[in-house]
Order: sequence, then C-alpha cells, then structure tokens
Amino acid sequence: MADSTTSRVSFTLDSSLDSVNKVELTAEQAAQRAGFDEDTATHVAMAVREAAVNAVLHGNAYSPNKHITASFETTSDALVIRVADQGPGLDPDSIPDPLAPENILRGSGRGIFLIKAFMDEVHFRQLHPGTELTLIKHRKPAQPGN
Amino acid sequence: MSMKVQTRQVDGVTILDLSGRITLGEGSVTIRDAVRDVLAKGSNKILLNLADVNYIDSSGIGELVSAFTTVKNAGGELKLLNLTKKVHDLLQITKLYTVFDVKDDEASAISSFTK
Repeated sequence: MADSTTSRVSFTLDSSLDSVNKVELTAEQAAQRAGFDEDTATHVAMAVREAAVNAVLHGNAYSPNKHITASFETTSDALVIRVADQGPGLDPDSIPDPLAPENILRGSGRGIFLIKAFMDEVHFRQLHPGTELTLIKHRKPAQPGN
Repeated sequence: MSMKVQTRQVDGVTILDLSGRITLGEGSVTIRDAVRDVLAKGSNKILLNLADVNYIDSSGIGELVSAFTTVKNAGGELKLLNLTKKVHDLLQITKLYTVFDVKDDEASAISSFTK
C-alpha cells in the first residue's frame, strides 16, 4: 500500500495574486483532509503560498501569457504538492542565506527558507522553461489496527 | 483577506493597530504607506500593534523589516506589540525576534521609547 495515491487534483492558473490565494487555500484543505493538525496544516499552506508567490512573481513575473500549475496528491505516506511556473528557471543554490548576519535585515529572500522550514522534503526541477517545486509532508504512520 | 490600519497617539508614540493579513500585495503596501505617512507627519516613534494580525507571509516579514530600517534610518524607533503565536514563531524561525524590540504590554512599550 505504500505510496498508493488516495486523491489527486491539479490546477492551471493565471499569474495573479488570486491564484496564489487559491493554491494556498487548496493546500490547507488538502493538509486538513490528510489528517495533519491545525498548526501543520497552516505551515503546509504557508509553504505552498511561498512557492506560488515565487512562481507568479519571480518565475512568471505576472505575465498574462504564462501560467502556473499546482497539483495536490495525497498518498498513504505523504501529502505531495507540486507548483510549477514558466519562467526563466531558478538556481536554489544561488539564493543567499536569509539568516546570515549580512542578510538578516534584507527586505526579501525568505520564501525558499520558509518552504524548507515547514516541509519535510523540497525538490527543485528545471522544466525548460520554468521551475517545478515538489513539496512533501510525511504523514504519521497509521497506528496498528487502524 | 484585506488589512486595516488604525492610527492613534499615546504620549508621543504613534500606535498603528493592524488587523488582517500582511501578505504580498495589499497588506504589504498598506503597512508601507502607513509607516511613511507617520514619518511624513513628523513622528518617528512607532509601535506596531499586531494583536489582530494572524497571518504574515515572507513579503509581510520583509515589509516589517523594511519599516524597521526606514524608521531607524530616520532616527526613530519602531517596536512590535502583541504578537500572535503564529507571528511570534515566524520571527523566531527567521531570527528576527532578536532584531525587533517586541513588547507584550502597551503601557510598558510606550514608556520604553526614548524620551
């Protein structure tokens, strides 16, 4: 039964703040349905919001000709969320550490950091063009007899 | 989803009572404009009351940091009051909790500003 998909939904959305809000709300609902507690569901939603903001703002630069895609997959083991844009690509290693003393008072650059803080796994994939982020939150093992 | 700001003065300190979400877009712009407006009116002792702010994203955090540095560069002080647990946790994760002067009580917050 490991990794068997129990539900999957995906969207293609325009590059707007409304899309960011929709992806965030869907993530929170998916996390709640997957059985995560309130704090964890909030953290998952925040991480996904950051990924969607990056896709809309930094990836697609609000272009009306570009879209973002978001998919939400619940398996027996995890909640797996993918957010992709059609932008020029992102090198995650090029992002400065926001906790470094020289960066602590920067007005931006904390999105990826928060995603990594709130999710169990974060993977980047280049799409040519675009970037896909896969965010994974592991579900707790079911209790024997459940 | 939108953010609101109410402004009041107590003993020479301008208190901005914020409510709603401080996020990319409207929320961030609202706080930026509010702080600039206070500075333009000649006050540089600002207390941001976040009691009714239950959500901040990375853009909102960035706006708080920008407000802090803007006020500091203007020779003033910006402090935070009444953080919700979610906002408190975010500032701890980002190591900004030690950067901001965070208060839990309005009266003592007011008296902590330089006279």
